[in-house]
Amino acid sequence: MNENGLCAYYEMNERPGMAQRVPVRKDKFAFLEDDKVQQQLIHFQDHQQTHVTFYIPHIHCSSCLWLLENLHHLDPGIQQVNVNFTRKEARIIFHQQQTSLRKVAETLTSIGYEPYISLQDLGNKKPAVSRRLIYQLGVAGFCFANIMLLSFPEYFSSDHMETGMSQAFRYLNLALSLPVFLFSAQAFYASAWKGLKHGFLNIDIPIVLAIVVTFVRSLVDVLSGAGAGYFDSMTGIVLFMLIGRILQDKTYQGLSFDRDYTAYFPIAVSVIKDNKEIPTVLPDVKAGDTLLVHHQELVPADGILVKGKAMIDYSFVTGESQPVTKNMGELIYAGGRQLEGNIEILTIREVAQSYLTSLWNRDELKGDKKQKASFIHLAGQYFTWVVLCIAAITTIYWGIFDPSKIWPAVTAILIIACPCALLLAASFTNGHILRILSRHHLYLRNAQAIESLATTTHIVFDKTGTLTSRGEAQVTWHGRPLSLPEKDAIATLTGQSQHPASKVIQSFLGQPFSSTVAHFTEQTGQGIEGTAHHLRIRIGNAGWTGMQDPADQQGSIVHVKINRQPAGYFCIRNSYREGIENMLQKLKYPLTVLSGDHAGEERALHAMMPDATLHFRQQPDDKLNYILHLQQQGKRVLMIGDGLNDAGALKQSDTGISLTEHNNNFTPASDGILEGSQLEKLPAFIRFCKMNKRIILFSFAYSTIYNITGLYFAVQGILSPLTAAVLMPSSSISLILITYGISEWAGKRLLR
Amino acid sequence: MSVIFLLLGASLSVALFFLVAFIWSVKDGQYEDDYSPAHRMLFDEKINND
Repeated sequence: MNENGLCAYYEMNERPGMAQRVPVRKDKFAFLEDDKVQQQLIHFQDHQQTHVTFYIPHIHCSSCLWLLENLHHLDPGIQQVNVNFTRKEARIIFHQQQTSLRKVAETLTSIGYEPYISLQDLGNKKPAVSRRLIYQLGVAGFCFANIMLLSFPEYFSSDHMETGMSQAFRYLNLALSLPVFLFSAQAFYASAWKGLKHGFLNIDIPIVLAIVVTFVRSLVDVLSGAGAGYFDSMTGIVLFMLIGRILQDKTYQGLSFDRDYTAYFPIAVSVIKDNKEIPTVLPDVKAGDTLLVHHQELVPADGILVKGKAMIDYSFVTGESQPVTKNMGELIYAGGRQLEGNIEILTIREVAQSYLTSLWNRDELKGDKKQKASFIHLAGQYFTWVVLCIAAITTIYWGIFDPSKIWPAVTAILIIACPCALLLAASFTNGHILRILSRHHLYLRNAQAIESLATTTHIVFDKTGTLTSRGEAQVTWHGRPLSLPEKDAIATLTGQSQHPASKVIQSFLGQPFSSTVAHFTEQTGQGIEGTAHHLRIRIGNAGWTGMQDPADQQGSIVHVKINRQPAGYFCIRNSYREGIENMLQKLKYPLTVLSGDHAGEERALHAMMPDATLHFRQQPDDKLNYILHLQQQGKRVLMIGDGLNDAGALKQSDTGISLTEHNNNFTPASDGILEGSQLEKLPAFIRFCKMNKRIILFSFAYSTIYNITGLYFAVQGILSPLTAAVLMPSSSISLILITYGISEWAGKRLLR
Repeated sequence: MSVIFLLLGASLSVALFFLVAFIWSVKDGQYEDDYSPAHRMLFDEKINND
């Protein structure tokens, strides 16, 4: 960096970069030379320059921004880099004659910003963010403001105006309302039409009816010269409803709720053919190919180990916390991470058919989750029927007494009684609730998730990574006190072993002073033995040391024998997240824990939640089936998990929430993403979501006061545009303020 | 009174100008990333590189 005058990088921030200088293997990005891969990643290319967008998870501060945008100092072939900070993406323009895609990726990696290229990038291009709603809102706002302005003379001085001028104003209003009627309101037409096609009366149908009736009535009024029409009310209501919808549909750009296995898998692997490594795109890998899996890489397909020593971490797939050792000839499932050195495997199934990916191809998970109808639609239906009844009665009444009033009265009823208030109340409340929750680091996918979270009747937890925090383990020593040389000898010995238990014990004891071990032997899966400080030490399981496991076993036990005498044992336990016990006691729901791990933690879990059902050694399949089983009993299941092993269950459950640590956003498909440290707030979150419905109903009841006032004028056929124009915005705005106020208050009270 | 029509036309065209400006700014992606542009302008370009 120094050579290129980029030293300023270190002057920018106190702590730039995360020192992510993991040395990268030489051929890691060799697959980027492949034409097929290039075609999928590059989005523009002419004979001079190439445009490509990389997802770089490490972007986190302004220094990153500066360094990345000065990349042309490091590689002159790079023309321009444009960082989108919120999406953690860098759009890079480079001359393909001077540099290559592979070199760009390698340059990025060498400065610590490794682009994340996964199988998901292959094939399906990301859909462009739809800005249609924003345009519709802009147009509606423009038209509404101008119509309001042009209507003022009409409101206050209709008698004194010259007819020519007031006609001109009315036609202008008509012209201005057309874009709203034809363009801005399309958002509602579309969903109303969708509802009709599925034979489901959703709330948008009465709203569209009201919009159309208002427009037609106003059109007739203006053309016949009878009045000014209700263009102001119509455009206003469309504007407010669009604002509500946009607030409710607010998306979290940095988060993705739709990851499936392709987001985790690499885009290409090294296939060994004739002793040469050939980078191959993952879908092209056939059964019978030999794959080279490097240190710390994901095994992409089911296969048989043919070369090397495998130490596979399946925590991602099964939730098991201990890595497993595999010998030659043993089967390795896709999704495991190789921990030590390189291995070669002979694939027996293609990637799309491997055990892990087949989970996604189950019929239950195909297609979208069936959306349960929100109570808003049901309430909207009742509302519609009531309104239609009032309209019918009014028709009959005026039919008997004064038929000329049928048309103005009935259209006015339909205008005033549109359930816009209900929709407004719902969308604004949902929007507020979503934002308050996101302030507490629970990011829900949409408003539907609030409702399903509120109606939960059964909660299922994953253990590893959910109830326990990832990576950390608690070590306790049980036995006679150890002298300093003994401690040091054990630390020295465990330092020689790569087994995770050894590493945990070593970090518990601290860095050893000496490092000479004599007669060191390691028996895989059993334990280790060696001499240090003239002490003969044997560490391992009960069989290896010839000692008895304690009766009240509360975790993994590692025995220690010094000079052939039993000295004691280490107990390695998962450490639970802070506040978990408290949280579990506050949850008044039936609880289940589905753990992929062994039953070592059963006692501890049972102590924390005496009434819960505990299941251990659960495969991803079992978890999914368990959720299905609960749902068949009519339960509404909330599943909280992390990692791919829970992915099926998360998707199947009524609400799936995946946990994430330190803002990294590699979470499986789910309805919500929750930061791990916030899990203890779960009971408060659920109570808060229950408030949602109450707030909506309350504000709806409040707004019916306005509706009834309006109806009073409407049934008599004397609803003037002015009354409508006063009632509509004042009811909408007061509604917005009320929902905002109550949800903020509830958020403050519940989410302390 | 016909001066009102003139004013009306003027006010409408000003409003229309802002509408177009708004649509352009959305299309241009100005609301996509609210972090990098604000920080980008603070970086100094080093002139004496060689």
